Amino acid sequence: MKDIIINTSWCKGCGICVALCPRNVLKLNEETVEVADNESCIGCRQCEYHCPDFAIRIGEEDV
Amino acid sequence: MKDNLYEKYLVDSAMPTMWCPGCGNGIVLQSIIRAVDELGLDQDRTVFVSGIGCSSRAVNYLNFDCMHTNHGRAIAFATGIKMSDPDLKVIVLTGDGDCASIGGNHLIHACRRNIDLTVICMNNSNYGMTGGQFSPTTPLGSQTKTSVYGSYEPPFDLCELTASAGATYVARAATYLPVQMKEMIKKAIMHHGLSFVDCASDCPSLFGRLNRRGDAGQMMLGWKDRLVSVKQAETMSREDLEGKVVWGEFVNSSERIEYTDVYRQNIARAKESVNG
Ligand SMILES: Cc1ncc(C[n+]2csc(CCOP(=O)(O)OP(=O)(O)O)c2C)c(N)n1
Ligand code: SF4
Ligand code: SF4
Repeated sequence: MKDIIINTSWCKGCGICVALCPRNVLKLNEETVEVADNESCIGCRQCEYHCPDFAIRIGEEDV
Repeated sequence: MKDNLYEKYLVDSAMPTMWCPGCGNGIVLQSIIRAVDELGLDQDRTVFVSGIGCSSRAVNYLNFDCMHTNHGRAIAFATGIKMSDPDLKVIVLTGDGDCASIGGNHLIHACRRNIDLTVICMNNSNYGMTGGQFSPTTPLGSQTKTSVYGSYEPPFDLCELTASAGATYVARAATYLPVQMKEMIKKAIMHHGLSFVDCASDCPSLFGRLNRRGDAGQMMLGWKDRLVSVKQAETMSREDLEGKVVWGEFVNSSERIEYTDVYRQNIARAKESVNG
């Protein structure tokens, strides 16, 4: 399982990461994004590279 | 990614950015940071210069020596910096309005000179900062605040423009393809001569809303059908390419001499003639 690190004070809840995640790992709450299904994350980093706000990262190591 | 990448290159006190949710400027900025990091550029020998616009605000977030200049004039200031110390890496961050309308003249003359600057254009097809007016890259027929019946001015293809003006590295990247964007930015920075990277991007708040492109996530997914690589485009007809955005490298040449090199030669000639 991958370590998904969200910086909630930078995330603006734009939804780009949610739209691009191939495994529906992420979902939006009222203001920011949150992890809905950590188990399914394959570590492709689509969310990380496309985040306009430097707000989501995938850790190097499996957790 | 390395844990300290954002800590190292972003000005923490300036974050989060002033950009709207989903604005493509942040994706381009992230690709730039990764490119600079992978190249191992010296933070004290790399200068970022921008003009005015939402995109030009990018320099406010970078932990480098930066210059936020007048609208359209980033390339003129960057030229001065480069001429004073040609060993600096000088990178211009600009928008389609900043570099192609008010700054269009500086852009073509920098290309003509082939001065060793890297010009990265965050191209969102409109003037974001002033409320969504059409720009020189707005596709024909698009809704903007100044073209409510559809844009009636034919747009520039900024890669064609800079290539024909003499730029020696020209590429188009897209926020949909950030890893490829980073690779093109790396090549542009290392290229000796004028390099131009047109970054196809989104302004969800204005262009996106006015053209009913959906939210930032839908706009991002929309690129999938519009992007065509240079290689794919070679086999496509004009009609098939209608409405598509061609990404990849258009020019990568070392045939033309670079401007600060020419200038140095010119100084040597002048000295020779004075000293007899
Ligand atoms: C001399 C001058 N003219 C006009 C303006 C108003 N102005 C500010 S930003 C801008 C357009 C910016 O467009 P672009 O470069 O595409 O940047 P974006 O905001 O879309 O990122 C204009 C016309 C100005 N600041 N200065
Ligand atoms: S892409 Fe970034 S800013 Fe947008 S919702 Fe995801 S984490 Fe938040
Ligand atoms: S107005 Fe457009 S270009 Fe400016 S910050 Fe908002 S989304 Fe970005």
